[in-house]
Amino acid sequence: MADSTHNHSENGSVATLTKQDFASGQETRWCPGCGDYAVLAAVQELLPELGLPLERIVFVTGIGCAGRFAYYMNTYGVHGIHGRAPAFATGLAVSRPDLLVWAVGGDGDMLSIGGNHLIHALRRNMPIKILVLNNQVYGLTKGQTSPTTQLGKITKSTPFGSEDQPFNPLALALGAGASFVARTVDRDRRHVTEVLRAAAAHPGAAFVEIYQNCPIFNDEAYAVLTDKDTKDAHQIRLEHGQPIRFGAERERGVAQQPDGGLAIVEVADVGEDALLVHDAHCANPTHAFALAHLSHSVSEPTPIGVFRAVERPVHGESSQAELRAANETVEPAELDALLHAGATWTV
Amino acid sequence: MAMSRTVDKDRIVIRIAGDSGDGMQLAGGRFTDATAVFGNDLATTPSYPAEVRAPTGTVRGVSAFQIHFASRDVLTPGDRPDVLVAMNPAALKANVAELEIDCTIVVNDDAFNKRNLTKAGYDSNPLEDGSLAGFRVHRLPMTSMTVKATESVEGVSSRDAARAKNLFALGVLSWMYGRPVEVTEEWIERKFAKRGAILTANLAAFYAGYNFAETTELLDVQYRVRPAALRSGTYRNVDGTTATALGLIAASVRSGLPLFFATYPITPASELLHELARQRGFGVRVIQAEDEIGAANMALGAAFGGQLGVTATSGPGMDLKAETIGLAVALELPMVIIDVQRAGPSTGMPTKPESSDLLMALYGRHGESPLPLIAAATPAHCFDAALEAVRLAVDYRTPVILLSDAFLANSSEPWLIPRIEDLPQIDPRFAREPNLDGDFLPYLRDERLARPWAVPGTSGLAHRIGGLEKEDGTGNISYEPLNHARMTSLRAEKVGGIARDIPPLEVDHEDGAELLVLGWGSSYGPIKAGVRRVRERGGKVASAHLFHLNPLPANTGEVLRSYCRVLVAETNMGQLAQILRAEFLIDAESFTKLEGEPLLVAELEHEILERL
Repeated sequence: MADSTHNHSENGSVATLTKQDFASGQETRWCPGCGDYAVLAAVQELLPELGLPLERIVFVTGIGCAGRFAYYMNTYGVHGIHGRAPAFATGLAVSRPDLLVWAVGGDGDMLSIGGNHLIHALRRNMPIKILVLNNQVYGLTKGQTSPTTQLGKITKSTPFGSEDQPFNPLALALGAGASFVARTVDRDRRHVTEVLRAAAAHPGAAFVEIYQNCPIFNDEAYAVLTDKDTKDAHQIRLEHGQPIRFGAERERGVAQQPDGGLAIVEVADVGEDALLVHDAHCANPTHAFALAHLSHSVSEPTPIGVFRAVERPVHGESSQAELRAANETVEPAELDALLHAGATWTV
Repeated sequence: MAMSRTVDKDRIVIRIAGDSGDGMQLAGGRFTDATAVFGNDLATTPSYPAEVRAPTGTVRGVSAFQIHFASRDVLTPGDRPDVLVAMNPAALKANVAELEIDCTIVVNDDAFNKRNLTKAGYDSNPLEDGSLAGFRVHRLPMTSMTVKATESVEGVSSRDAARAKNLFALGVLSWMYGRPVEVTEEWIERKFAKRGAILTANLAAFYAGYNFAETTELLDVQYRVRPAALRSGTYRNVDGTTATALGLIAASVRSGLPLFFATYPITPASELLHELARQRGFGVRVIQAEDEIGAANMALGAAFGGQLGVTATSGPGMDLKAETIGLAVALELPMVIIDVQRAGPSTGMPTKPESSDLLMALYGRHGESPLPLIAAATPAHCFDAALEAVRLAVDYRTPVILLSDAFLANSSEPWLIPRIEDLPQIDPRFAREPNLDGDFLPYLRDERLARPWAVPGTSGLAHRIGGLEKEDGTGNISYEPLNHARMTSLRAEKVGGIARDIPPLEVDHEDGAELLVLGWGSSYGPIKAGVRRVRERGGKVASAHLFHLNPLPANTGEVLRSYCRVLVAETNMGQLAQILRAEFLIDAESFTKLEGEPLLVAELEHEILERL
């Protein structure tokens, strides 16, 4: 790599960056009330904290409403093609370990057309922060069913109700071997920031599902999770090392059942000691997988937060030592020796 | 010692064929090295079974290696062999139909037993039923002679011994054609240095073959093919795959851009993956992607990061990469896509060559998405073609498609190793500063119409680009009608302008020639050789070859119009001819062939003579 690619600002100037420094001049063109605004604001607010010059950050996006994300960040950015952001980001992140690379897409982009790239980026533990803005519907193409659309849901492409079982994105990510898996919800801005902060700090691939409201095609799909009246009954906040409890009086909780599965229990019935203590760092993914399956729609109590955060080798780390450093020039004599390898003869 | 006579020959084509487990490629490779060191010019091509493990002894399981060597310039691996070595009945059966009367056949007599004859589908033994009348047949008991030669070697089983029969055959051929034995001996010593008994057995088998040929009365003729007058310099033998890999690495070194190669396994391009995966010492990073689309995006992502992003595939993979290549056209980033063509459509014949992806490479993307297109002409030329693809990609900030094919990838020829200082220097010209009044405009173009390449990490130049149509200069999203028209022509003009930066079409003209034979890709050798044969018979004909398919050399129209007739030879339904007709309004004639085989010299000779 040429030196110029590393000539980032001195730390002195980094410290003074603000949220506004990360907003590009482009006019944001999401629909009024779109959950994407909240996510964009949370990201722009978080980045100055990381202490990185903005030129060391790259946003890679796919197609769909969320694909516009790259244009609104005053960092380097690429708005690629449908579903391929994790692959593009892989090529970038692996060849430029000095960068912080984010891949942003919607549920259709990441889980349907781009599902293959997503699972492989996770299995490789590529150093990419992957944000899936899940609104359970295709927005930009105007209202068709997506791979997270609830069974029976009427959309433009399913006038008689969706017949397809939706993906459980977190379970899918865990199945792919993701080392960091989290869920948050657009309307809880502080929670979004908290989760993104943890994702940014994670050394490998971070998978974050963000429940995001589409006011046009699937309005209020997640409202019960954040509305004042229903929030307490529906939202389970996961905190590492804490017993899993929720409810207005924290009167309910999650406990392991004899069959290994999890169930919602009344604390009064089982006692606090019977509650499951959340362990995001547990090497065995079974705990996170069971939590991912605790609810299949927000009509049931639904966990949010960091489900899993474990360290495992990041792609490229092991080969880095053998790979000639990018800034170390190959001498002409070395190339000459390579061209002359094997049997040669002189005329 | 038996008396043998020596016969001088200008050129010989030998094909050695046996079961895929018989080590035919190894024996062929050794014969090739000895031939190269001896000083003949040569070309080789292998032929493998389509299945990984075809049933032994069957025609489907036959593996063959062909070498053409001569005392003059060799242009192809030869149409039909002068000599066939058949290690079993299946090898004879698979090849005998291609032999011309007078051809010499050397068989491993031991293998022609009832069981093997049945497996090969012979009702009677062709060595005895008269069906080989007209051929010069030599029956050598190769297996038993090999076993006898190696039985005294301690630690070698009779199974191991029998497996060395390919080296016995190599010994026989080495004597018949006066090849230097030291080259093979040294190779065997190096290769089996750590396996004492096997080393001894292999050497014994090789010399047993050589001595047997020299002393037996079964072989009465020794052939002499004198060294060719080659350009002075140091040579090595390369196949198209190796040459491509070396070209990419050389381009990486000469540009200072680390090579990033992402690909998905596909025949016949996978060998390039294997070749490059070993080169971490040259900073080559290789990723075996989850699919073809992923591979293309990874390469493009690396290009955005300031590296030399390359992906390789064959036809079906090109279909899948098309959208990403279109993105690279829009992003105007350097990227190289290598298509090792094979017979199609669909899965087609994966191991068989065909040059039928030309129109796809040129036009197989939605919208107006022009890009430079280069085609390699010979195995060694793959080196230059890879370097040229990188040069154009970097200089013009564009994806470049490099077309090769299954024939070029696997065939080999001597390569005059270039001097490093003679290789082109490629300057990435990374953008380091704002380019307009303190601002950075990612689509502000230079005199070549190339845009600045500003890579992440460069402060002050952070910018966003994407597949949506961009405003000229700023690169901001734009749906403005006239801007789209302007951007479309700018992209086309940029690629078209490359015509000023490539050599003119060179013609091998002959006074009085009214017919021009034009080719592209791997038709180079057969056309050149066909033209040479016609000229040797007194015919007047000219030839030319296109290395750049888009843009075409600036003088292409002028050259074509200066001949009464233009014959385009290609292994497709006439794709280049169609382009030339559309582009230059000339009545190009086509010679096409779609048999999953390269063009033959004799076919070209015939086609040319028909038109004189």
